[in-house]
Amino acid sequence: MIPTAYYLILSAILFVIGALGVLVRRNVLIIFMCVEMMLNAVNLTFVALAYHFVQIDGQIFVLLAMVVAATEVAVGLAIVMKVVRHKDTTNIEDVNLLKG
Amino acid sequence: MLPLFIIFAATAIVAALGVVVSRKPIYSALFLLVNFGTLAALYIMLQAQFLAMVQVITYAGAIVVLFLFVTMLIGGGELGDLRPRGSSLASRLTWPRVAALALALLLLAGLGYGIVTGQLSNAQGTPTAFENGSVQAIGQALYTDYLVPFELTSVLLLIGMIGAIVLARPPE
Repeated sequence: MIPTAYYLILSAILFVIGALGVLVRRNVLIIFMCVEMMLNAVNLTFVALAYHFVQIDGQIFVLLAMVVAATEVAVGLAIVMKVVRHKDTTNIEDVNLLKG
Repeated sequence: MLPLFIIFAATAIVAALGVVVSRKPIYSALFLLVNFGTLAALYIMLQAQFLAMVQVITYAGAIVVLFLFVTMLIGGGELGDLRPRGSSLASRLTWPRVAALALALLLLAGLGYGIVTGQLSNAQGTPTAFENGSVQAIGQALYTDYLVPFELTSVLLLIGMIGAIVLARPPE
């Protein structure tokens, strides 16, 4: 059997890789993908601890987090499409005006 | 079980790194698919079969496809933002990258501390945690204790749907 700590370490590594992507990359699509990866890493923590403590609540939270992630992607990508149509760029450095 | 875990964990980490370092958004999206797939496999190992299916359907089936559609629509050309050609190392070290480096070192320090002091114990979950299958247990909890949050997610999905339609409408 696998110690629960291994799952938590894997989850931490995945979360940090996602955070690195958000900080390092400048392309809005890839930043979005990295945010999704971070959400998934947290979901893995929830599931691992639900298994560890034999509590189903952790899995329910994951289900709700997935709904939020799906909604976020739908709205976020719509915003990306709008920005691309408006400014013709996917680089977030070029989208730096509140009104523009 | 442990070799299986190592294979899936290594695949997940490699795929995650692939998302970050790929030059083309389309490659990033496909690496993301691999990452989500390995996480679904890990969910099965943790006896969360229902979540593994939901993971495959919503993440691999909906979210990655949405990413691929948007990449296709806005053009997934090669990106030079990670390693701009002909730039020195010092000029590439902007403050977000320094922050990222510090974050990574902090994680390594935390993990190292946990391993050295033995605080990352070998505690394990019970092997027959949800022996009736987690679908039944999830359904019972979802429609009794978590009924209000469950209903609220439908409102959230409706709002998201309306928002996406309004935002993606072509200009008049």
